Parts: sequence; structure tokens; C-alpha cells
Amino acid sequence: MKLTKLLAGAAVALGLAAGGALAQDKTKVGFVYVGPVGDGGWTYEHDQGRLAVEEEFGDKVETVYVENVAEGPDAERVITQMALQGADLIFTTSFGYMDPTINVAKKFPNVKFEHATGYKRAENVSTYSARFYEGRAVQGTIAGHMTESNIVGYIGSYPIPEVIRGINSAYIHAKKVNPDVQFKIVWAFTWFDPAKEADAAKVLIEQGADVILQHTDSTAPQAAAQAAGNVVTFGQASDMAEYAPFPRVSSIIDDWAPYYIARTKAVMDGTWTSVDTWDGIGPGMVGIGEITDAVPAEVKAEALALKDAMASGEYHAFTGPLNKQDGSEFLAEGEIADDGTLAGMNFYVEGIEGSIPE
Amino acid sequence: MIRLEKRPQPSRAWSMATPLVAVLATMVMGGLLFATLGKNPVEAIRTIFWEPLFGEFAFYYRPQLLVKGAPLVLIAIGLSLGFRAGIWNIGAEGQYIIGALTGAGVGLAFYPTESWIIFPLMVLAGAFGGWAWAMIPAVLKTRFGTNEILVSLMLVYVAEQLLASMSLGLMKNPEGFGFPGSRNLQQYDSAHNAELIAGTGMHWGVVAALIAVIFSYVLLNRHMLGYHIRLTGEAPRAAKFAGVKPARLILFCLGASGALAGLAGMFEVSGPSGQVSIDFNVGYGFTAIIVAFLGRLHPVGILLAGALMALTYIGGDIAQGNLGLPSAAIQVFQGMLLFFLLALDLLTNYRIAIGKPEVA
Repeated sequence: MKLTKLLAGAAVALGLAAGGALAQDKTKVGFVYVGPVGDGGWTYEHDQGRLAVEEEFGDKVETVYVENVAEGPDAERVITQMALQGADLIFTTSFGYMDPTINVAKKFPNVKFEHATGYKRAENVSTYSARFYEGRAVQGTIAGHMTESNIVGYIGSYPIPEVIRGINSAYIHAKKVNPDVQFKIVWAFTWFDPAKEADAAKVLIEQGADVILQHTDSTAPQAAAQAAGNVVTFGQASDMAEYAPFPRVSSIIDDWAPYYIARTKAVMDGTWTSVDTWDGIGPGMVGIGEITDAVPAEVKAEALALKDAMASGEYHAFTGPLNKQDGSEFLAEGEIADDGTLAGMNFYVEGIEGSIPE
Repeated sequence: MIRLEKRPQPSRAWSMATPLVAVLATMVMGGLLFATLGKNPVEAIRTIFWEPLFGEFAFYYRPQLLVKGAPLVLIAIGLSLGFRAGIWNIGAEGQYIIGALTGAGVGLAFYPTESWIIFPLMVLAGAFGGWAWAMIPAVLKTRFGTNEILVSLMLVYVAEQLLASMSLGLMKNPEGFGFPGSRNLQQYDSAHNAELIAGTGMHWGVVAALIAVIFSYVLLNRHMLGYHIRLTGEAPRAAKFAGVKPARLILFCLGASGALAGLAGMFEVSGPSGQVSIDFNVGYGFTAIIVAFLGRLHPVGILLAGALMALTYIGGDIAQGNLGLPSAAIQVFQGMLLFFLLALDLLTNYRIAIGKPEVA
């Protein structure tokens, strides 16, 4: 009796599935996430981008996503699954999805793929990333002004070019406004682990840091700073506005929506081509969250002026003269770092203490 | 009045039936959970259990079951030996990582030489790495009486740090533009654990898992050592009288489970995964503990349990993509499985009696 019911239910379900398959004129867009959509940081912002695509195109688009997908064979299976189920465009939103994306793309030449933060492209695979270091320059400026102990704490995730670039950019601009500033860097070796991030923040606070920058995605450092009372923080990946106006005084916001909408449109129009996009504040991929009143007005004005200068292209965050940590020349007077050097950056600039872990 | 009454003998029937009842209970409660999330429960359960096996794209998912299930079975078989003797290796995840590192390390050291000998050497290195990592808690236990549960578990975190260090340093791909992660072994023929027959998902790790099942079965049922393992678990005092040397048993059980976990890591890194990367390990070592218990610590049971777990993973991802189920709901669903199994296990040793207890 029960079994027949179950089977009948299954038959109905099968019928539904077949019915769904008929309505295939919609553009189907898939998203593969490395974390949960509720992480409040990296994955959350990608999902906001997905929702923006739905909002923009309404009935003409169908989006699907799978969250918490481990990098490696699981990612390859999930990407394949989306391609099999008829996705026209698939965004894979973590660096570790690079080889899986390329592998699947080979098997599905008619499906378009977009891989975030990687460097391998193909006929049907684009890459995209944001110039977060521009946001770091703004943070560094504020941090240099705000610190009283002259110690700025920095929670690194992994010592990869992306993160090292951020540390350098923040340091260069903090140093510019405060020659006595010192950076203390703790490596959490995780992108998202509230417990580890909280520990890292506490260690930095104990070492005298009164400003903390983070390159990890949870709000745990914000909470630790709030508990300490007099420590300034910045939102990472997402606005983290629940900690405003203090300790969170500003933030870097990843805004993927315009890019996701543009790429979906390109697939609909048949104009999609494989490209390498690296956008910053100017095109709106990197947003600077509201600078709160905890920051003095003249500091805020200076930070915003820097932001505008980078947005217009008038100023580049890595402009010489700059030396590497070992004292050798990195950029001559007035020279601007090229994208290749920035993409593979694996050294600290002069003045940062400590070494990059290996 | 309902009460529990201890059975004079553990019920064999219930011992066999609990996994099945647990799966059914999970389906019912999972269905309720999905229904409260506003999804069609029948559709959700069907997607998880039916779609990967017989759905439209089963041709792709069936081989994936082998890919996902093989490391689980391989590790769980090793763990079951120790668990039967009351030796608790909780750190298979760490041994899995170290096996991957030593295995991949040998392969990368030979790059770009092509030779048939490289892959067998990697297999040996992988097994050795896992074995050596498991020997740490084993020797500490036999020499100093430390708790192997704690030591093996803590060594997982040490192994993770080593993995990160290797991905960022020694094993980093020199052509990777400074990004972390090793060369992709899938693109290095001599080191690639490729599918033996294209499109079947059958790689050397699957073969090794099947061999491990057979060996474990023979060992436990036909061999003196297997008898000692079972005896130690069921009646430690009797085992002592039978001349079982506890230290040797500890070294064997931890060593064997470490070697198998190391093998699993090596087959994974050289095959489906392809590279040493910071996030290489995805919890197989921990999930294998569930698989071992779900399979009643029996080799054949473990084989089936591994397949079932693989099914819920693959089906779970399909349900996420097709039905928009959150991944947390899938994890709860998988958790229910172990929960019901452990809860129903009570019925193996106890029976439910109605009425007043008889006065003895």
C-alpha cells in the first residue's frame, strides 16, 4: 500500500520533471558557490549578483545554484550537472574551481563558462576578478589616520598574490599618511572560519593593534573588535553594516551584479566571447561602503578623493617610487605596475616586516 | 507501561535490519523536513535516491558514484578493523592528506620523466605516508599510554597545515603564476590515476577499495589475526588469556587503517582531484567513520554503506541544483541517517516490552 503510494508519487514527480523540460526557451544561468549563501561575505555577494540577474531579466532567465561545493572532483561533478541540465552560462566563483571548469568546458563546447579569480581561459571560458587592491588603498589611508598606537593588524587568509597585493596596497597608503605606521600580519590559513578569525583578531589586539583589516570573510573579527571597544575594522567582501558606525568604519564591497547582468545579456544576444575582465572601483565592481562619522571629516574627504582618483584612472594604487622589502627597486619614480606583475605579486614592499610564509 | 528490556543475546535480525530501517526513517523525516521548507518531499527524496541511479543523466552520475564512494570505502575498511578491536583511529583525514602528499610528492619529483615505474612508486609512497602518520598515535599509545582518539584527531590539523604549506611552497606549480597548488597530475601521464576504461569512473582507487573489502573479509573470518581483533573487541579479558598482545594489535590496526587512508588520498590526488591544493581534503576521513558504522563494521556492509553515502552526496547536489534545496538541509538529512542508525541500534541489544517488569 505504502509502496504503491510512493511509486505513484514518483510517477507524478517524473511527469512534472518532463513538463519542466519543455519550457526551454529561457536562458539558464548556473552558479557554483564555495561557501553557504548566508556567509555574509564572498558567497553572499555572488548570490546577490545572481538575484540581480533574476530581477533584471525576470521570466527570460532561470537561475540555479549549488552552495558549499568543495574544490576538486565535487566541483567538477556539480558543474557538469549544471551543463547536463541545460545551463547556458555557468559562473564558477572560487579560485579552486579553475581546473574543473576548464575540464567541463572541454566537454560542453556550447555552454559558456565564467571563472572568478583564475587565469586559465578557453574559447568558452572567461575569467573575471575585481581590483580589490584599490579598495585596500582607501582602507590604508583611513587606517593610517585612525591608528593611535601606530599598529595596524592584518588578518591574511592565504599568502597568495591576491592577498599580498591587498596588504601592500593598504601598507603603501597607510604609510603615506602616517610614516610611523607598522603592520602586524597574522595568517589564518582559511577564507571562512569564525573561530580562527576571532582568535587572530584577539592576538592582534593584544599586540597593540587598534585598527584591523581582514581578508577573511566572516564578521568574527568585527565582533572581537567590538568587544575590545576601541578597535577600528572594515567590512570585507560584504558591507557588514551591522557593525557600523563603529567598529566598522567602512568596507570593501564586491559588486558582481553589473558584470553578471552584462554577461547574461551577452549570452541572450549571442554576443558572448571569452574575455579576461579585471575591474575596479571605476566600473563599479569594487564598492567602498559608507565611511561612517567615526572617521573625522577631513580623513573621509581624503579617502573619497583617493577613491575618485582611482575610479577616473587618474591615479594607480601601485605608482613608483616603490621598493621591494629587500630594498631592490620595484617601480621607478612615476612608474605604474603592470597587470602581469600585480597578478603574480609574491613579495612585500619595503617597510613591511616579517616574511611571507611558504 | 513501555520499557526497555535487555536481550540475553544481541539480536541478529535487528543488527541486519537497523540500517534499512534507519534509511527508511531518514527518508520519512527528511521528507518532512523538505516539506516544511516548501519543497515537494517525494520529488526531493526521489531526486536524491533515484536521479543519480536511473535518472536522465545516470550515465554520468553512476560512474561518479564510484569516484565518490571509493575513498570512503577504502578508508572505512581500514577504520573498521581498529573499531572492532576497540582501537579508535579518528584521524583518517590526516592520514589521507599525508598519503596524498607523499604520493603526489613522489610523482612531482619525477616530473617530467615518463616511466611505468612512477605510478607504482607513488602508490607505495602514499600507503607509507598514511601508515607513518598513523604510527605516531600508535607508538605514543603503546609506549606512553596516550589516548589514540585525541592524538590521531589532533594530527589532522597538523596535516592540514602541512598541506597548506606544501600547496604554497615546496609543491607549488612553478608555472602557476604564484598561485597556490601543485601541477595537475592529470596532465602528467606517468603519474595520472586515469580511468581504466573511459567513462566508467573505474580508477585504481576503486579497484583498491574492492580488493580491501575482500582482504578484510578474509582476514576477519579466516585468519588468526582477524580472530584476535574480534576477540579483543568483544571480550578483552578473554583475548588476554588467548595470548593476544595488545601493543601488536594497536600497531597493526592503526597502521593498516593509516595505510589504507593514505592510499585513498594518493589515488584521489593523482586521479579525480589532480592536484595538491590547500582545500584538497573534503572530509572523506570523517565521513568514513559514519560509513564504517553504517556498514556495521562488516566489509560487505561498508561497501553498501559507502555506496549509499556517495548516493546522498551526489543526489544531494542534484537536489540543490534542481529543487533549490539549501545545502544545510542536505547535511541535516545525512546527519539524520547516522542519528537514526545509532538510535535504532538500541534495538539490537534491547527489546521494547510492554507491561510491568517481572520480578526476578
